[in-house]
Amino acid sequence: MSIKGIIPALTVVGFILLIWTVAVVPMNAHLTADQAQRDGLAMSPEAPRDRQEYAGLTLAMKNPAIIPLAYTLERPRLPSPHQVASELYTTIFTKAPTSRRSLVYHAWVTLSATLLGFVIGTTLGILLAVGIVYNRTMDKSVMPWAITSQTIPILALAPMIIVMLGAIGIQGLLPKSIISAYLSFFPVVVGMVKGLRSPDGMQLDLLRTYSASSSQGFWKLRLPASMPYLFTSLKIGISAALVGAIVGELPTGARAGFGARMLVGDQYGQPIVTWAALFGAAITAALLVAILSLIEKRTLRRMGMGAV
Amino acid sequence: MSSNPVITARNLDLTFETNDGPVHALKDVTLDINKGDFVSFIGPSGCGKTTFLRCIAGLETPTAGDISVNGMTPDEARRARAYGYVFQAAGLYPWRTIGGNIRLPLEIMGFDKAEQAERVGRVLELVDLTGFDRKFPWQLSGGMQQRASIARALAFDADILLMDEPFGALDEIVRDHLNEQLLQLWARTEKTIGFVTHSIPEAVYLSTKIVVMSPRPGRISDVIDSPLPRERPLDIRDTPEFIEIAHRVRDGLRAGHLDE
Repeated sequence: MSIKGIIPALTVVGFILLIWTVAVVPMNAHLTADQAQRDGLAMSPEAPRDRQEYAGLTLAMKNPAIIPLAYTLERPRLPSPHQVASELYTTIFTKAPTSRRSLVYHAWVTLSATLLGFVIGTTLGILLAVGIVYNRTMDKSVMPWAITSQTIPILALAPMIIVMLGAIGIQGLLPKSIISAYLSFFPVVVGMVKGLRSPDGMQLDLLRTYSASSSQGFWKLRLPASMPYLFTSLKIGISAALVGAIVGELPTGARAGFGARMLVGDQYGQPIVTWAALFGAAITAALLVAILSLIEKRTLRRMGMGAV
Repeated sequence: MSSNPVITARNLDLTFETNDGPVHALKDVTLDINKGDFVSFIGPSGCGKTTFLRCIAGLETPTAGDISVNGMTPDEARRARAYGYVFQAAGLYPWRTIGGNIRLPLEIMGFDKAEQAERVGRVLELVDLTGFDRKFPWQLSGGMQQRASIARALAFDADILLMDEPFGALDEIVRDHLNEQLLQLWARTEKTIGFVTHSIPEAVYLSTKIVVMSPRPGRISDVIDSPLPRERPLDIRDTPEFIEIAHRVRDGLRAGHLDE
């Protein structure tokens, strides 16, 4: 990304951070007031039940003393940005990557399922797209099912997949990967069908004048023509695959992975852990997409389509 | 003129079935094209000039009548590599270099690597693009891209070159230049050329035979054998003979319209 592209992006990030920082006070006002009272500060109104009558912002206005305290609660309703940042720092940089306390360890657990699922989903997606483009029956039959498959909420489907695969003895990486694959094959099918069909009538006629075979048409025209479409799909697919792996970790009470961290934070009242896992997942997704963008740029440039 | 036809069409009819009913793209088209001829097809949109060219190439199948190319059906002729086809747009693959684009038909037809390289060099020289084989299409001007696409059509030594408004999208200065180059190329290679155009001066300047067509149904309204010499400098366009032929073409086009 160029400097020109970074400035608007940073502006948006800064704006979000600002809203977040401001929101910490009203969101945590009641919890902070309770804690401050236990620590011996005078609160108005005095009874916790009466304080519930007030909106968070009003309460903070009546008791300005709680405003700085709202940012340092141990178990806040909304953690402040610096709390999340410090949790991220501690769990990424100060723990051994093999330790259960390390976010890198959990990231790798989710990432391995994501990558396997992404490979399965992409392969399946490309094969289906080729089938759809070359076979009339598949064209009529597969696409409606592919679309239908994406209308089923993955949250409803994921536990069933995990339980059913568990019943036939498949556990661990593969069930999560299958959920990843389930989410990531779809953008690849859609993109590749469009890409493989992108050559126009003239380009197809040209090959006919050479009496080219159908497989020559695929390898020499349709497949290279579909590359820009494939990369767009891959970028959508890999983030979908990551979401799939995380969702796959939720229903089984997995012990490791971003999904497990989010559950743990939620169940044990440690929102900072949940938020750190969320950000960890977002950063991982951004890195994956960035890597794909880099490969895309290099590939298309080598193919003479760098200007795209 | 020698009577040695390489392309013969007899009573060719072609009707497209569309949602708005049948469209008579070609009706009763009979024509001989001799070896070494440069034949232009001229007429307004819908007169069937492109359709006729596509019939010769076997890209469309006539609904009635006979057509033969080198004594074969168009399909057989295509498999025998009888012709190269140049489309209105250069249609170069953006992911292949100029050399790679010209190699495309050679790869498909199974020429070996050494022969591919030799042929690419030869046809690039023919269209005056020597040294551009490693460039990508976007690095070339529109006129150069169209020359590369002509080189691609020449690469496998077809006797017949079919060109469907190849210079239609180019400006007039570039077009003049390419017309001149095309005539030189025709003189050097002794190909038979079928050339579709909208432009009267282009048709008269290039052709030994001008086929004037008219629409609805698409048919031939006049065939003019050009008395101009084969050697044609650009300023031949100011001679009385040239202007007279152009006039006859214009009359033919107008007559086609009055029929409606």
